[in-house]
Amino acid sequence: MNFRGIHAIYRYEMNRSFRTLIQSLVSPVLSTILYFIVFGAAIGSRMDNISEVSYGAFIVPGLIMLTVQMQSVNNASFGIYFPKFIGTTYELLSAPLSFVEIVIGYVGAATTKAFSIGLIILSTSYLFVDLEIKYPFFMICFLFITCMTFSLLGFIIGIVSDNFEQLNIVPMLIITPLVFLGGSFYTIDMLPPFWQNFALLNPIVYLISGFRWSFFGVGDVPILTSVIFMLMFTSICISIIWYIFKTGYKIKN
Amino acid sequence: MSEIINVKNLVKKYDNNFTAVKNLSLKINQGEIIALLGPNGAGKTTLISTICGLSSITSGSIKVNGLDVIHDYRKTRDLIGLVPQELALEPFEKVINSINFSRRLFGKKDDNEYIEKLLSKLQLFDKKNNIIKSLSGGMKRRVMIAKALSHEPQILFLDEPTAGVDVELRKDMWNIIKELKNEGVTIILTTHYIEEAEMIADRIGIINHGELLLVEEKNELIRRMSVKILNIKLKKTLKRIPQKLKKYNLKIIDNGHSLNYFYNIGNEKTGITSLLSDMNEIGINLFDIQTQETSLEDIFVKIIKD
Repeated sequence: MNFRGIHAIYRYEMNRSFRTLIQSLVSPVLSTILYFIVFGAAIGSRMDNISEVSYGAFIVPGLIMLTVQMQSVNNASFGIYFPKFIGTTYELLSAPLSFVEIVIGYVGAATTKAFSIGLIILSTSYLFVDLEIKYPFFMICFLFITCMTFSLLGFIIGIVSDNFEQLNIVPMLIITPLVFLGGSFYTIDMLPPFWQNFALLNPIVYLISGFRWSFFGVGDVPILTSVIFMLMFTSICISIIWYIFKTGYKIKN
Repeated sequence: MSEIINVKNLVKKYDNNFTAVKNLSLKINQGEIIALLGPNGAGKTTLISTICGLSSITSGSIKVNGLDVIHDYRKTRDLIGLVPQELALEPFEKVINSINFSRRLFGKKDDNEYIEKLLSKLQLFDKKNNIIKSLSGGMKRRVMIAKALSHEPQILFLDEPTAGVDVELRKDMWNIIKELKNEGVTIILTTHYIEEAEMIADRIGIINHGELLLVEEKNELIRRMSVKILNIKLKKTLKRIPQKLKKYNLKIIDNGHSLNYFYNIGNEKTGITSLLSDMNEIGINLFDIQTQETSLEDIFVKIIKD
């Protein structure tokens, strides 16, 4: 293993985030705080408890998921797309690095950034709502795996994209709607029966449900289903990346 | 000199079925400067890309220092530095950070002493804390070379290193290349500038349509392929070549005021003495004599056209 090479990519990516700290950290945290103020404090105070949890506390896991999923995808996709755009991928390909090492460097950095943002948002939420985490260890693991899996997805998007428009299409037109409709702000049993069944087709439902379970011990679907779904999603992303690097698709000529 | 790169029957075919490199074989010796000449799209960059790991190989094999570039890619890439044609640099990064990043990618520990020496050699020391986008094109080109040399490679690939740079900087680059050669680095450069190859290369390879047309010692190539011209100015005009002189490769020019005699310096006898003797015998008086030599550029054009 070329550990120094992996660390070089990881450090380079982290430094890039520090150079653009407002965009990387302040912006997502501020957006989430606004959600807390609007949905948690203003509207939430007039809403009934859901599964004996105040609405303000109920939306915390959903808001963390919403932010970390978007951040993971954006960070990882931009991280690999930018070198492609400016032509510096030649450095990675001509260095004694395996494809696995390159992925670990980029995905590791994107995961770290999103995971840190998730923890900052969680800490911030204590300023607005009373919150008790039932399974903290599971919550940390689930948050970490979510960040990693969505970073893998972002890496795939960054590799496949040929321009900035394509880079934004998947996060904006697919992931954002799925995350918003995935139960960040409600439980799916609040939907009419037809839409409840329809919502179960949304993979994000399983992830938000699993994460919410770690906070309150309740979710839209059984926790085992969420875990299986998460592992399946991770495996699919890894398989696609393995295929990309094996064939050199969009990377090697 | 021992062999450091051995390309054997290399074929590179793209997905659109275009064959960029056709059954190409090439051996490169340690410590030499070899210039690969060829028109645009000849396959020069593709050849470099396959050796450095940027392009996959369709068939054939490439060995660097006796090791296969696919199976032993870590060891072979460790020996190679690459300066691509485009100025591909992270614009918002500091020069020093960019160079250190390149070194770390190769798994090397930071070595401030070596990097500072390298920066000084490339006249970049004063610019080490500058943001890359603030540098001139020539300075960026030097940063590219510094990045390629940051991990102390034994082989350096320079893909058109002086494309688009001014004459002064080009000469600076040649000096840098010569210095690297003196330090034992093997240099493979592609160029459009024949003058560049003529000035710095030990051997010349000519590539066209993905095929290696020839590889030869530069001086030997020039000696073998050079045609010299003896320009003879005459006292009286000549309308046609006299019968006695028809055996010589002569051409009447300048409305009969001069004759051009073409000869190859690679031949044992140039024929000049007998030509002049025969001219004297039939009473053609000379006014002046000059010689001209064909350049590497003329040779290159001739080979490409053939």
